Amino acid sequence: MRLHLYAVLVAFSTAILIFAGGLVTSTGSGLSVPDWPTTYGWFMFTFPLDKMVGGIRFEHTHRLVASTVGFLILVLAVWLRLAEPRRWVRQLGYVALAAVITQGILGGITVLWYLPDPISIAHASLAQLVFCLTITIALTTSRGWKDAYSRRGATPDDRILQTIATATTALVYLQILVGATMRHTDAGLAIPDFPYAFGHLLPPTWNPKIAVHFAHRVGAVIVTLFALATTSHVFFHHRSRPELWRPSALLLLLIALQITLGALTVLTQKHYIINSLHVVTGASVLATSLVLTLRSRRSRFGTVAWSQEQKRIAGSKEQAPAYGLPMDVRRAGPIGTAGPIGPADPIRTARGRA
Amino acid sequence: MVSFLRPFLAVILLSSAACGGGNDSKETAPAPAATVANPVDAATAGGLKGSIKLEGTPPPSQTINRRSDQYCEQLGEAKTQNFVATGGGLQNVFVYVKDGLGEMKFPVPTIPVVLDQKGCTYVPRVFGIQAGQPLEILNSDETLHNIHAQPMNNREFNRGQALKGLKYTHVFTTAEVMVPFNCDVHNWMNAWVGVLNHPFYAVSGQDGTFGIQNLPPGTYTIEAWHEKLGTQTQMVTIGPKEMKELSFTFKL
Repeated sequence: MRLHLYAVLVAFSTAILIFAGGLVTSTGSGLSVPDWPTTYGWFMFTFPLDKMVGGIRFEHTHRLVASTVGFLILVLAVWLRLAEPRRWVRQLGYVALAAVITQGILGGITVLWYLPDPISIAHASLAQLVFCLTITIALTTSRGWKDAYSRRGATPDDRILQTIATATTALVYLQILVGATMRHTDAGLAIPDFPYAFGHLLPPTWNPKIAVHFAHRVGAVIVTLFALATTSHVFFHHRSRPELWRPSALLLLLIALQITLGALTVLTQKHYIINSLHVVTGASVLATSLVLTLRSRRSRFGTVAWSQEQKRIAGSKEQAPAYGLPMDVRRAGPIGTAGPIGPADPIRTARGRA
Repeated sequence: MVSFLRPFLAVILLSSAACGGGNDSKETAPAPAATVANPVDAATAGGLKGSIKLEGTPPPSQTINRRSDQYCEQLGEAKTQNFVATGGGLQNVFVYVKDGLGEMKFPVPTIPVVLDQKGCTYVPRVFGIQAGQPLEILNSDETLHNIHAQPMNNREFNRGQALKGLKYTHVFTTAEVMVPFNCDVHNWMNAWVGVLNHPFYAVSGQDGTFGIQNLPPGTYTIEAWHEKLGTQTQMVTIGPKEMKELSFTFKL
């Protein structure tokens, strides 16, 4: 449980890091510290506070937060390695660590190479993947996930929900990529009015910046439609499943907030706070959609966990662990047996923790 | 386990290796330009003089919010300088010979042009330099600045100057009009330099007047550039020892 709480802290810290990164872009401070990994020649952590002026406040703070998050993810990966019995969750920790290190190097390169668009966009896009990884680790280390949300019976294996939830998550990520491209190519105000485009439904004139800006608006509509389809499906078919309707409700709220922030970003001429909130809310939409997707696919993870844990922990076919399986399967015992298995959770028994 | 930590440790060690500074690294002085004889015959050289006019009412200068740096804020109120116009004359217009010099080569001065960061602004805001001539960038402020040049044809650079008195010398190798500078620490700081292969350029003063001396006789395309109003060109023919008058009018 402590591991889960720590993973939640790491995920929350990553969201703060994304907000801090949004502030750097929104204030145009990306090159206010020209050197990397040093800051005006100082070791990053010894840079005097009284010299944090102007754009340096945003850029240097971003670097400090990023270093902290990097360290937190390092600790998380080590902790997972020591305490997490599921190999694929441990591997998520390694991937998150590799991703955050790559992210730091991309951040450095983008400074040293004067913010080239492809690197800056890659930096923004990888940030979202790091966030997704920390969210996934936080989710999969939670008690609910481990118990397969089994208080109300097994999570349904609803193929339709799985498909539309996955599509929604993929589309949200694609939309974030378009948004990152728009930000880093300075196309945020290429269409200066909202909800219209130069007073029309379609822009009367086109250039690459207008095109990417308009694509982001169209993307918002598509994402909203898919999110509505996903959440409607959950509300109609899985109303009794809190692990599904809660993220669905949150997803709708966040999308409403995100559209509002997007409109305000244009109407306030990209106010840096509004703009940065738009970035971090976009990440939250992605995270929420991801959680809903993963939960809708929980039953499939259970099957995978069974065979892996069987080999790793139990060591024998008779003592297959119930860990990671839906409760009804657990109660029934291993496939082919009539009664419940001996220890309810051999992993807990073996390691004395969740 | 150890190999698992290696990438992160490498980053930390890399950071530590560069530790402890605040001092700008010393810049190597540029190599002196090859000596070229001045092709202009002083006996026949003429010149240009004129003025830049602004037609219309410029938008009023805005007070710059400099609260992000206490040092800059305590220097007092500062106004935007996009349109500095006095008595109809427009300041900070870069006027230069765009075409007409043919294949003539001109000696490159070794005396540096100084761009000062003073009072949390660039001094001068608009200036000219010859390709190959040293540009000395100075920080006269008791705060940090970064000087970020964003040319199209020359090498981009971004240098930090954390302490008062630090200098950085840079040489532009290719003619380019104009190269913008900005400070990302203080986003209101902007400057522009016109990099040319010849010395025939000027920047209009407070009253909008300018002068270009020692121009050999010939027919030239003269261009005037303003940071907000764009460019205008005129053709002019200068005879031996002739001082031609020229005026540009920018309209708002």
